[in-house]
Amino acid sequence: MGMTMTEKILAKHSGRETVAAGDLLISQLDLILANDITGPPAIDEFERIGKPVFNKDRIALVPDHFSPCKDIKSAEMCKRLRDFAREHKITNYFEVGRMGIEHALLPDSGLVAPGEVIIGADSHTCTYGALNAMATGVGQSDVGAAMASGTTWFKVPAAIKVELKGKLPRYVRGKDIILTLIGMIGVDGARYQSLEFFGDGIGELEMSDRFTICNMAIEAGAKNGIFPVDAKTLEYLKGSVTRDFAAVEPDSDAAYTREVTIELDELVPVVAYPHLPENVHPVSEAGGIRIDQAVIGSCTNGRLEDLAQAAEVLKDNKVHPDVRCIIIPATQEIYMEAMKRGYIDIFIEAGVAVSTPTCGPCLGGYMGILAHGERAVSTTNRNFRGRMGHVDSEVYLASPYVAAASAVMGRIAGPEEVIK
Amino acid sequence: MSKVWRYGDHVDTDVIIPARYLNIAGFNELAEHAMEDIDASFAFNVSRGDFIVAGRNFGCGSSREHAPMVLKVKGVKCVIADSFARIFYRNAINIGLHVLEIGEDVEKIEAQDQLEVDAAKGEIRVLNKNLVITTRPLPEFVRKIADCGGLINYVKGEKTE
Repeated sequence: MGMTMTEKILAKHSGRETVAAGDLLISQLDLILANDITGPPAIDEFERIGKPVFNKDRIALVPDHFSPCKDIKSAEMCKRLRDFAREHKITNYFEVGRMGIEHALLPDSGLVAPGEVIIGADSHTCTYGALNAMATGVGQSDVGAAMASGTTWFKVPAAIKVELKGKLPRYVRGKDIILTLIGMIGVDGARYQSLEFFGDGIGELEMSDRFTICNMAIEAGAKNGIFPVDAKTLEYLKGSVTRDFAAVEPDSDAAYTREVTIELDELVPVVAYPHLPENVHPVSEAGGIRIDQAVIGSCTNGRLEDLAQAAEVLKDNKVHPDVRCIIIPATQEIYMEAMKRGYIDIFIEAGVAVSTPTCGPCLGGYMGILAHGERAVSTTNRNFRGRMGHVDSEVYLASPYVAAASAVMGRIAGPEEVIK
Repeated sequence: MSKVWRYGDHVDTDVIIPARYLNIAGFNELAEHAMEDIDASFAFNVSRGDFIVAGRNFGCGSSREHAPMVLKVKGVKCVIADSFARIFYRNAINIGLHVLEIGEDVEKIEAQDQLEVDAAKGEIRVLNKNLVITTRPLPEFVRKIADCGGLINYVKGEKTE
C-alpha cells in the first residue's frame, strides 16, 4: 500500500520505510512554536524536565495573542516568554514591532519548508500544510517536552482526499472553499484525520488561499491539512527558505477513508452563521442580517492578498455609519507593503480602524470586543459562543471580500453589491 | 454522591475556558471560570469526583491545555463523551485527566445517574441502571503517559531510566 503526503513525512521523520494510519511513532521535529498564552505554561513544563533546549534555532516564540500587551497580566506573560527567549538565546523570538500573527509570520520568515514536521501550541499550526509541511496543533505539555527532546509522539492519521476541480469564480476565495468544505463534512468530519488536497483547481489558488484553507482544517476537526508543491509554492519559498528540503507527493495507491470533490466553478461566496463554522450559507441568503462590526485580519485572512481584496471593495466607499470596521495586517511586512500599495490610505479614508498586528479580537482578547447582542462579520476562524466577546454576541465567518462589503452596506453583503 | 454534568455536542474550548480569562496565569484562579459560557453554575457547584458526560467532538477548537486543566483542577474525575476533538484528548492525557470515548453509548447516561469509572480498564458502571459500558482501553504507549500522571512526568521518568 502506498502512502499519503502526511504518511511520507511522518515515515521519514520517524526513521521508517513506511507507516500506515493508526501507527504510533516518535517523530523528529523541525520547528516548535508557542505564543504568549501557551508559551509561559509550556516553559513551566519544560523547566520541570530540567534539560536544556534541544536546539535554539528550531523554537519559535511569538507574542501575538494579547500583544502589544493589553493589561498587566498579559504583560507578565509576555515578559515570561521574553525572559525565557533571552536566557536560552532563542533565535526566533519576535518582539513587538517585528512580530506578526504567528501563522502568517513563520512561513513568511522562511521557517517552514516542504516535508517538515512542525508542532505548535496553537490549534491553527495546521496552516503550514499549505507549504507541504506536516504541521499540527498540540498543547503546552507537548511543546514543553518537545523543547527539551526535539521529538513528539503521533498517531498516524487516516486521510481524506479533497479534490479541487475547475476554475474559481470572481470574488470566491480560499475562505469560501474551506467554509464550503466544512459545511459539507461538518466540524468533526475530519476528526483525527488529515485533509489532503489534490486536483487541477490547486493551480487557481494563490498561496494566501492555501494558507487560509489549511488554517481552518482544524475547524473540521482535522489533525492537519496538506497541499502538494507547485510552481507557486516554489516561487513563495524562493529567497526565504535557503536550506534543503524534500517535498512529498502522494503515492497513487495511497489509502483514503473518504474522497470529497469540490467543483470550484460552482462555488459562491459563503458565510458561516453562529455558533459553528459548519453553519454555512450563501451570502445571497444572508442579506438581511445587520451587523455592528466587521473584522478583517487574523492568521486565517490577514495576508496581503486579503488586504488587497478588502481594498478593492473599500476604495471610494465608506464604512456604514452603524458599523465599526477593524483591519489588522497579520505582520509588519504585510502592513508596510499594504501601505506602499495604498491600501492603508483606502482603509483610513473609508473610516476603518487599522491596527498593528495582533490576534486581538479573533479570540475575544481585545481590539474589538463585542457587547451583549452585537453581531460581527469576521474573516477569522471561529464563531463559537462568546468567541469575540459577550456570550450573547454573534460572529459570522466570511472572506475579506464579504467582510469589507458588509462593512460598507451595514449588513451581510457580497462584493458585487459594492464594487461598481 | 458524585454528580454527572451532562452536555451536548461540540462543547468547544471557548466555552470550557473563555479566552478572555487566559491572561490569568494561575490554574486555580482560572478554574473559577470553567464552563462559564455554557453553564454558569458549573464552577460553583462541581464537586471533586464528579463526571462530565457529553456528545460528539468534546473540546473542539483551541489547543489551550487550560481547558482540560481547569476541569482537572475543579476535581472532574473523568470526561466521558461520544467523541473528542483530538487536541483536547491528547492534552487531557498529557495532564493526567481521564477521558473515555464511548460512541453512541453515551446516550445511555443521564444527568441523574450514578457512575463508577475504571478509566484504565475503559469501564463505566451506571450503578442505578445496573449497566456496564466498556470501551477500548488506551494504546499501551499512551497508557504509560497517563499512568505516570502526564507527559512531563513520563519524560522525566525516561531521563532517569
